[in-house]
Amino acid sequence: MDDLAALLAGAAITLGLAGASGIAGMALAIAAAGLQRGGGRAGRLAVGLYVELIRNTPFLVQLFFVFFALPAAGLRLGAWTAACLAMTLNLAAYATEVLRGGFAAVSPGQHEAGRALGLRPLAVFRLVVLPQAIAASYPALVSQIVIMLLESAVVSTIAVRDLTYAADLIQARSFRAFQTYALATALYLALAVGLRRLLLGAGRRMLAGGRG
Amino acid sequence: MRFLRASSPAWLAAALWLLVFTAPARADALDEIGKAGVLRVGVFEDFPPFSAAGPDMALQGYDIDVANALAAALGVKMELVGITGQNRIPTLLAHKVDLLLSVGYSDERAKVIDYTAPYAPYYIVVLGPADLAAAKPGDLAGHSVGVNKGTLEDSSLTAAAPPGTDIQRFNDYGGVIAAFLAGQVQMIVVGNDVGATIMARHPPVEPHEKFTLLSSPDQIGLNKNEPRLRQALDAAIARMKQDGSLNAIAVKWLLVPLPSGF
Repeated sequence: MDDLAALLAGAAITLGLAGASGIAGMALAIAAAGLQRGGGRAGRLAVGLYVELIRNTPFLVQLFFVFFALPAAGLRLGAWTAACLAMTLNLAAYATEVLRGGFAAVSPGQHEAGRALGLRPLAVFRLVVLPQAIAASYPALVSQIVIMLLESAVVSTIAVRDLTYAADLIQARSFRAFQTYALATALYLALAVGLRRLLLGAGRRMLAGGRG
Repeated sequence: MRFLRASSPAWLAAALWLLVFTAPARADALDEIGKAGVLRVGVFEDFPPFSAAGPDMALQGYDIDVANALAAALGVKMELVGITGQNRIPTLLAHKVDLLLSVGYSDERAKVIDYTAPYAPYYIVVLGPADLAAAKPGDLAGHSVGVNKGTLEDSSLTAAAPPGTDIQRFNDYGGVIAAFLAGQVQMIVVGNDVGATIMARHPPVEPHEKFTLLSSPDQIGLNKNEPRLRQALDAAIARMKQDGSLNAIAVKWLLVPLPSGF
């Protein structure tokens, strides 16, 4: 029973990491997408470099960079914070690309109509274009968050006590690999399916046009 | 590396089986070694810094130097036989080797083989920076301590650490060492062999030995009922301790002198 409690505590950490990095990652992705559209050439270049850097390197290496290498540059983050930062940066890069597709799906006439109503460019972005872009790309964004939840298993390598960490530890002590990993698999499945349903359900209620 | 020390019932069963069914009446082992002119020494092939392949692919390390010294003491040539943790005791009992190096004492093993005096220190140690005071397990409270998950170090630390110790478990020694060097953990718990590996790289943060968590020195394992061979080996070890040659091997491979009183 102690083992089950440890697995559940690990699952809570995993869910907390996915939630925190999901919110922060989406905020960062929206900011990056905004910069890409309205930040001129420099903005497009900066966002492009960031997205390419993250999408073309392994998440595990990004995580090790934040946890093991940044201290040499004077930035020492705790294991949880380092994991959350790495997940946020990773998720935001992929979400920026997904959002770019969403923006492409919004007709340019929407922007012009917003301007014609006398809204400032930022207000047009925030009130008119962004909600439609999110609505258009919402299922893909939810998928990215769920993928990040599953990929977060590697944060156990920097000793974050997540679900995988708990399962590894129990397995190392008890040598009951089958029971331990079967239960861990079931918990990941429940977390992923539950999070996806929750987010898609929330999207149906809240998003413009009832899409998503 | 610690899995080599795992005591599994499988090898014990295999060892007993061989003992019962394959041990014919034999002459005295020391006479046989002298007659053959060669001492066959069972060593690991992947156990640095005790015994592992060097740049020229030949085995080198603490155990190899000791094996050469033992053969010289007996006046015979030395022959290395590569063994694994699983097969080494059956290999000894089948007389395919004359002795085994890097054997830690356990009551279970003592039922089937004999031991000489210790010839190499093996201990699990708490390492930390010079300015951090820690002299006993109780001092670990309130500190972060890195350890390789599921090893003998992990179980020793988990048993000894007081509540309030932040034990951070990594998947391999690389993670433990990197976390210490990056300042992500204040102290680490490793075997003295791993400690020697870290020191050899002269890291920016020098790890200092704080205290010993568990001591299980390496001994020579040999077949039972061979008192003359055992005496000859014990005499050779005693001489090496006395004349400083064993200490020289320790400094060469473990990078620290033998502990006092060893």
